[in-house]
Amino acid sequence: MARATKNVRKSGRRHPFATVALVAVGLLVTGAAYAGFSQTSATAEIDLNSASTISQGEKLFGANCATCHGAGAQGTKDGPSLVGAGAASVNFQVGTGRMPLAFQGPQGMVKPKQFSEEQTLQMAAYVASLGPGPGLPETRYLKGDGDVAAGGELFRINCAMCHNVAAAGGALTQGKMAPKLTGVPATHIYEAMVTGPQNMPVFSDTNISPQEKADIISYLKYIEEKPSVGGLTLGSLGPVAEGLFVWIIGLGAVVALTVWVTAKSN
Amino acid sequence: MAEEAKNSGVNDAVVAAQSHSADGAAVGTAVLSSDAVQNPGLPPHRERVTDLDPKKAKRAERTVYTLFYISIVGSLGAVLAYMFFPIETGELLAVRLHTMFVGIAMALALLAVGIGAVHWGKALMADHESIDERHPVPSNQETREDAAEVFTLADKESGFSRRSLVRNSLIGALIAFPLPGITLMRSLAPQDRDPVQLLKHTMWDKGIRLARDPSGVAIKASDVTIGSAFHVIPETLTHEEFSKLSLEERGGSENFLDAKAKAIVLLMRLDQSQLKELPDRKDWSYDGIVAYSKVCTHVGCPVALYEQHTHHLLCPCHQSQFDVSEHAKVVFGPAKRPLPQLPITVDKDGYLIAQSDFHEPVGPSFWERLK
Repeated sequence: MARATKNVRKSGRRHPFATVALVAVGLLVTGAAYAGFSQTSATAEIDLNSASTISQGEKLFGANCATCHGAGAQGTKDGPSLVGAGAASVNFQVGTGRMPLAFQGPQGMVKPKQFSEEQTLQMAAYVASLGPGPGLPETRYLKGDGDVAAGGELFRINCAMCHNVAAAGGALTQGKMAPKLTGVPATHIYEAMVTGPQNMPVFSDTNISPQEKADIISYLKYIEEKPSVGGLTLGSLGPVAEGLFVWIIGLGAVVALTVWVTAKSN
Repeated sequence: MAEEAKNSGVNDAVVAAQSHSADGAAVGTAVLSSDAVQNPGLPPHRERVTDLDPKKAKRAERTVYTLFYISIVGSLGAVLAYMFFPIETGELLAVRLHTMFVGIAMALALLAVGIGAVHWGKALMADHESIDERHPVPSNQETREDAAEVFTLADKESGFSRRSLVRNSLIGALIAFPLPGITLMRSLAPQDRDPVQLLKHTMWDKGIRLARDPSGVAIKASDVTIGSAFHVIPETLTHEEFSKLSLEERGGSENFLDAKAKAIVLLMRLDQSQLKELPDRKDWSYDGIVAYSKVCTHVGCPVALYEQHTHHLLCPCHQSQFDVSEHAKVVFGPAKRPLPQLPITVDKDGYLIAQSDFHEPVGPSFWERLK
């Protein structure tokens, strides 16, 4: 009880919460400084043709990719040659986390990416220096301000059979699949079209022109942003999702109703 | 009555059990079971709350008529929704609102009347157990004999058994009777032309350029990079060009979409070394570029799921798989024959052209198909 009567100052740096406040301020400052630092590094301009970028990329490649793709990227029995794969291919595969592969399987999957934007571009610069290939897309085709109707028609003719008419993705043969296209950055959509990753066919600029690619991207952005006019989309997966819904929810409701009708009243 | 039934059942069981234990004691250690399944009788009658408490019965009554009134409101609501959310404007949003409100109101009307009726039956209508005696299904012996006699007499008088030729020809006539119904299907096809010929010809012909779908822009061989897939139509298959063509040039189809449905082609370029070509079809491809009909030979879905590494084409409808590197032979699924190949080459300007029409009818099989 002596403690209770003791006159402790309850303000200033002796306040019980002073330590907590100090830690909070410390964390805030460190976090803000780090955020500012990482922001500057991410937006740093990278010259894909400069010798230093290419040599940086070569080092990264040697350390991370050469096991499968060979020391000079000429390919081994475990991985294809990357000569002529182009910067777009590297930016897509590494930028979406598909490369380096987690394991050999039917298909490389999207996973958290292992390299920073800068490192990815350095490797892209190195691979691009090995032989001519598709380059990074120009930003003016990635804005999503193209002709949505034309993009929709092109999408239905060229893409919908695998990726589903609502871009929800679909199954292919033997464990392979076409991923859904919603929530994918425009850069990656463009790069996938020009490089044809994994089992996707190539849609080069001579097949679908850059402007037409911009239209397709605009269409994908449009269907991503617009709510469905038909109400509940059930994932836009077509008969599979609808069938599952009816079997579980629909029949479940019928069973519940039947139980209620036949139960004795109390 | 229910109590009675219940009690008698219980008594029987008790008596049986007693006699059984008495027998067992007399014979020795053997346990003799009496009839394993005994009539349990009716369960005891349980009074419903609505029978015991007149207040609860009143409440159930209120619930039921409220549900019926809600149903009336729903029905009237559907009429009002039809009036206030018209679809005549043709706007998508209008259609959506119309469908939604009319649907909700009708669902309310039907569900409320249904639930109300069931609740009425369960909570308020007389509640007592009763037994319905099961009557034997067949009629009595006399009636059955009479019926058999009628049949025997009819057989004798008509000579149905005796005159076997007459009988068999009658059966034959009855079997043949539905056949005209099948032939009536013929009237679904064009009347003035032979449907078999129509199915055998498409718009492709010697020298027609391969063009992109839907723009109709012709494709140069140099445009097609390895691993590419192009969705192809004849260069003449655009709305403007199509209207200028004769019926012959349209592959016999008057309708644009009919013509397109027969003529669609998928074009792919493979590494030349990966193509396994038959000797007589060696010149059907050009520098690793091959073109196949996109119409599945199973039931005619568009086959266009192309995997550039495995060179397999997958049909999304029934999972038929075709190997493009080997004349689109069937590697899996219900399709019975390869996709028809379009023989192609290049003209002097470097554009891809067809060497001829398909050499066999595209799409699913039919009786008169030769191959």
